[in-house]
Amino acid sequence: MTARPLSLLSVAVTAAFLIALAAAISSQTAQPPALSLLSKDGRRALPIALVADQDFVALDDLAAAFQLTVREESLGAVTVSYKGKTIVLTPDQALASVSGRLVALPAPAARNGRRWLVPVEFISRALSLIYDARLDLRKPSRLLVIGDLRVPRITVRYDPLGTAGRLTIDATPRATATVTQEAEHLTIKFEADALDVPNPPLTSPGSSGVILSVRLVDATTMAVDLGPRVAGFKATSQPVDTTMRLAIDLVAAQTDAAVPAPPQPPPDLPPAFGQAVSTFRTIAIDPGHGGDDEGAKSADGAKEKDLTLAIARRVKSVIEARLGLRVLLTRDDDRGVPLDERTSIANNNKADLFISLHANGSRRPATAGAAIFVAAFDTETVQAAGGGVRVPTFGGGSREIELVPWDLAQTRHLDQSAAFADLVEQAFHDRVPLAERPVDRAPLRVLESANMPAVLIELGYLTNPDQAALLGGDAFQNGVVQALFDAIVKFRETWPAGGAR
Amino acid sequence: MSRRRMLAIGGTIAFVLVFAAVAFYAKRGLPGWARRSGPKAAVTAASVQAPSGRKIKARLFYVAEDGTRLTSVERDVAYGEGADEQAREIVAAQITPVAEPLLSAIPSGTTLRAVFITKTGEAYVDLSREARDAHPGGTVDELLTVYTIVNALTVNLPAVTHVQVLVDGKEVDTLAGHVDLRRPLAKNLAWVQ
Repeated sequence: MTARPLSLLSVAVTAAFLIALAAAISSQTAQPPALSLLSKDGRRALPIALVADQDFVALDDLAAAFQLTVREESLGAVTVSYKGKTIVLTPDQALASVSGRLVALPAPAARNGRRWLVPVEFISRALSLIYDARLDLRKPSRLLVIGDLRVPRITVRYDPLGTAGRLTIDATPRATATVTQEAEHLTIKFEADALDVPNPPLTSPGSSGVILSVRLVDATTMAVDLGPRVAGFKATSQPVDTTMRLAIDLVAAQTDAAVPAPPQPPPDLPPAFGQAVSTFRTIAIDPGHGGDDEGAKSADGAKEKDLTLAIARRVKSVIEARLGLRVLLTRDDDRGVPLDERTSIANNNKADLFISLHANGSRRPATAGAAIFVAAFDTETVQAAGGGVRVPTFGGGSREIELVPWDLAQTRHLDQSAAFADLVEQAFHDRVPLAERPVDRAPLRVLESANMPAVLIELGYLTNPDQAALLGGDAFQNGVVQALFDAIVKFRETWPAGGAR
Repeated sequence: MSRRRMLAIGGTIAFVLVFAAVAFYAKRGLPGWARRSGPKAAVTAASVQAPSGRKIKARLFYVAEDGTRLTSVERDVAYGEGADEQAREIVAAQITPVAEPLLSAIPSGTTLRAVFITKTGEAYVDLSREARDAHPGGTVDELLTVYTIVNALTVNLPAVTHVQVLVDGKEVDTLAGHVDLRRPLAKNLAWVQ
């Protein structure tokens, strides 16, 4: 099969954008959708075929775009090679062997005439493990970002407010924007390489005629068509975690009697400049075991304590660099730390999230898969933890204060811990093989005293030789780091503003 | 007194003393020094080797095929007089090594030191240090070890509602760094297939 370097496909950004726009417009008329490939050389569309509601792409299209060599083997297998690394696909099996390691796909490769089709997740789960550049598949927007481009996801929301309304535009990761007004249009220009914008950008512009539409003008510019009632605007921007939030308050002209009174603002209006913002700041990562306590071991001598420390260090450096959060490690070398001390480090530093990293062990060598644990308590224990006591106050009188025993602190955070566990499970789906029951509850000692949402993650089984090899590999560890990054970003979006937890 | 008569009197006295001692200890039990020879071995042997004694049916727990859950097996266990004795027999049978295809979640070499049950239905199971020192590690494996013991008692003895595992006569935080053993644990069949 032929290979065509991506650089040869380079198209000027504007021209490429027009092609993409045309593809987007055509997709609205029930034409086959396309996957948009975005790299520093421009944007191009890769056809998508829908098979049983799954998005598939043709292997030869991928081969052309990514300089891959695709070969059909005599026994029916298909090999995909890139710079000496190989992925093997076996027909009828929803698996790919990537440099000897198995990754799950949502469906097996399928033959369509002379072409082989693979699920679009093949790109993120298999190809990304052997490809030189970062491949960021954004399936909901059918976008594949190749390399380190600044392509913020844009979400647009409109809330009626006062005599007009507020338009809130979030760019994640942060991208600053400038807003200018030209007649009945606002033009919003982002400092980015491209934008990841839903189509249409604003689903409910409201019925009061303040906003007529929000549209994409070019790769990095959006326009807002304003109704005749709007007399002016005031734009403020504010970083909220990894998001840059742009709030545009639209000011209405003097209303006449025919214009109905605008509805009251909804109670969950996103905060504008000067209002409280999320205070999610600190994460505690707990590399399990250490020192004399080696934890589980593989047949060839890999130790749980070394693996957890290596991955915890990677998580720390990525989260600190990319999210600007403070990440504490409960140990940063090979030493034993009592379980209570691990939790104390998190509690005393007011961490907002506690993640204990472990590798599993089983007496059955075939047992495999990652699992995320949330603390479990007996019902009686939780009820006993919920009491308050009256204490005397200075100057007489008394007041009731909430007292939670140290070893039951987690009882107050179980719902949020479970929510984070679900986010980790979702983020692992593309990258980390999961156990049959990936989220479970158990009376785990290190979680019970954590006074913040807390999970214990068993990344896989060191007692399974295949899993042990996988766990020690760079690709797997990077996948874990990226998955935790994604889960943390999503979890932070749910974090209440103003520090209340 | 003839020498023959002295021997007869001495022999009679010796016989009476031995008989009295046997009768005394048969009623009160052997002194500690005499029992120190291996109470767990004795208990284990009683449940495994006594084919002819009175038996009860009990559900015992072993590692399931998938390695992440327990599976239960009905087996004959020696009858014990009273809840404490029966609990002892059940745990002894549970920790006895088994052959394929069964696979025990109890670390090899673990023996039973004691079992006692409180009036409120909490059983304390005192295992030898191998339960902790020989544990291979891993959250799931540790959960299976703990719930093997907890479920073996709570499932078979209605009088037992919670179980706390002790090691070498003392409370322990965990066996392998994960499962909290500071409190008695209730029956949990979520870990059983």
